[in-house]
Amino acid sequence: MARITLKNLKHAYMENPASDADWALKELNLDWDDGGAYALLGPSGCGKTTLLNLISGLLTPSHGSILFDGEDVTGLPPEQRKIAQVFQFPVVYDTMTVYDNLAFPLRNRGVDETTVDKRVREVAEMNDLTATLDNRASGLTADGKQKISLGRGLVRTDVNAILFDEPLTVIDPHLKFQLRSKLKELHTRVPNTMIYVTHDQTEAITFADKVVVMNVGEVVQVGTPKELFEEPHHTFVGHFIGSPGMNVLACEVNNGHAYIAGKQIATTNRADARPGKSEIGVRPEFVTFSSEGLAARVVKVSDAGRFSIVEADCVAGRVRLLVEEGGAIPPDSTHLAFDPEATRIYTDGWLAGRAVGS
Amino acid sequence: MALELKNVAKKVGADVHIHPTNLSFEPGSFNVLLGTTLAGKTTLMQMMAGLEKPTSGEVWFNGSDVTGIAVQKRNVSMVYQQFINYPNMSVFDNIASPLRVAGLPGDEIRKRVGEMAEMMRISAMLERRPSELSGGQQQRTAMARALVKDSDLILLDEPLANLDFKLREEMRDELPRLFAERNCVVVYATTEPTEALLLGGQTAAMHEGRVVDFGPTALIYRHPSSLTSAMVFSEPPINLARAAVKSGRVMLNEGVSWPAHKGLAEGAYTIGIRPHHVSPMRRTSASVVIAGKVKVAELTGSESIIHFHAHDYPWVSLSHGVHPFDTGQDAEFYADVSKCFYFDADGRLVEPASAGKAA
Repeated sequence: MARITLKNLKHAYMENPASDADWALKELNLDWDDGGAYALLGPSGCGKTTLLNLISGLLTPSHGSILFDGEDVTGLPPEQRKIAQVFQFPVVYDTMTVYDNLAFPLRNRGVDETTVDKRVREVAEMNDLTATLDNRASGLTADGKQKISLGRGLVRTDVNAILFDEPLTVIDPHLKFQLRSKLKELHTRVPNTMIYVTHDQTEAITFADKVVVMNVGEVVQVGTPKELFEEPHHTFVGHFIGSPGMNVLACEVNNGHAYIAGKQIATTNRADARPGKSEIGVRPEFVTFSSEGLAARVVKVSDAGRFSIVEADCVAGRVRLLVEEGGAIPPDSTHLAFDPEATRIYTDGWLAGRAVGS
Repeated sequence: MALELKNVAKKVGADVHIHPTNLSFEPGSFNVLLGTTLAGKTTLMQMMAGLEKPTSGEVWFNGSDVTGIAVQKRNVSMVYQQFINYPNMSVFDNIASPLRVAGLPGDEIRKRVGEMAEMMRISAMLERRPSELSGGQQQRTAMARALVKDSDLILLDEPLANLDFKLREEMRDELPRLFAERNCVVVYATTEPTEALLLGGQTAAMHEGRVVDFGPTALIYRHPSSLTSAMVFSEPPINLARAAVKSGRVMLNEGVSWPAHKGLAEGAYTIGIRPHHVSPMRRTSASVVIAGKVKVAELTGSESIIHFHAHDYPWVSLSHGVHPFDTGQDAEFYADVSKCFYFDADGRLVEPASAGKAA
């Protein structure tokens, strides 16, 4: 297990990157604690897989260095980095038993059979595989196979980190829910450094202590799930985390305060002197119907079961809000109130009053 | 254009893939097939399309028996989970292909492709090849091709499953609108209960080759006719436990009981209570304390999902806010038993009564 440091790391797939857009991964400095659970979250093409491949050694960075416990491993090939990896599609040897599959990474490294047996049984116990140890892997379902993959990732005791690349994408929702919590539980029992790559915000925020949110090759915010939910540093984070995402509404700014159609909107932060496009961000969870506030018209109600997603049009555009199951929804014309503690001003996408990119 | 399945069944060798099924979809309706992988959704759709012939039973479309009629001779569109496009054609030509087959004039084709591309937000990509597009754009191209002609029946088999979470959210929001003006039958297969709810329309809950419930989506969710239907339609999974009704009380075990509804006869039941009705905080007077041992707490920043073990069953609590718990910690949870479902020994819903259900 190791503390992982990324120093001035950046990567381009082309020979001589010139413009900003040529970098698949823009310059990045990060420090990951030994034994932490991290997620890399972002849409397709955001650079998260590039970053994962740099850490595992499948790619050599164009710039910068990667350190495990302070030791530079940038030049080391993957097999010398002691990294365990779990992929999107289960990699399982069908002709082997579950036991032999789990034992494979250890036997491969010449670990003695007594230790192999001990580790395989421990890991099988953690993954609820004990009863199936003697079965052939070929008869298992997709989630059963993915459990073996997870087990194989966990079985070695000498790894610096375990990397998970979209491990639950092909799993049905019910089983995904079980495996997700299983993984979280495993991390509480085996405090390995774990890095989990996904485009699925739910997987990222339920698994990780800290989430690295990425967009177009750039880290937009690093934070705990609570920080990302409560104080998005960029409108992209507000949009990407949360379902539905944060409402972002164009506003005017005067003397640091935000106004929509001449009406002041109370916010937690003040607009700074930076020139740029001014917007207000407020999550659907913090918008309520009210007798005063922004005039709006309810245009759509979607029943999501335990809550409804209500869409209302106001002068600044479409606003989404959540109403708990059984809660009252005005038939048509209404007003919307934003919780001032959870309403923020953004300039050119970045949270006003903060240094850009921090 | 109504679609009717009359006792449609599918056997492959000795394996029953679809048990005899009766379903009727109205013209202009949006219908969801909800169930896990292997529940039979794809097989059922292929029989609707004419891609598979039922072993027994009949498929009727608009008043005539179409059971033996091949898919080519029927006006059907299909979208699969894996995006399928013609790799050597431009996006424009991909979308235009069914219209060319139908022999429409060039002006009309350009107009329709333009409108469809606009709706799918791929107008800027029309000259590109599919391989130059992102996964989401490729799938939207495949959808545009399926929707550009006026099909009588549109079958969508987990069309969003391979897309990014956020893109899925956006497209799910737009989809019902695309069909709102049409008079065709739309059938949409998904494994995700939340997706079914948000799409609305009607839902057929499927399990192991059977349609176990069918009706308006919100009604099926709130009044599942059986234990199986409730399990298919709950995400996170519904909490289940055995309970007995005796002397006017529901007994979960010796320590935990609450007053039974008047109509609930004495006997053994399986109770079901969805995770959002089990909270780490007391919320209503109908709450019953469930003491358990925490397995793991998942904190999303806005919600807490607590897995715990109590009375020999695994439980899940889903609540607003951040409620941290340590693994192994003893804790009390509050179940709002007014939201409890009661299923009899055969797994049929007894309480709350499912009156008014159009099944």
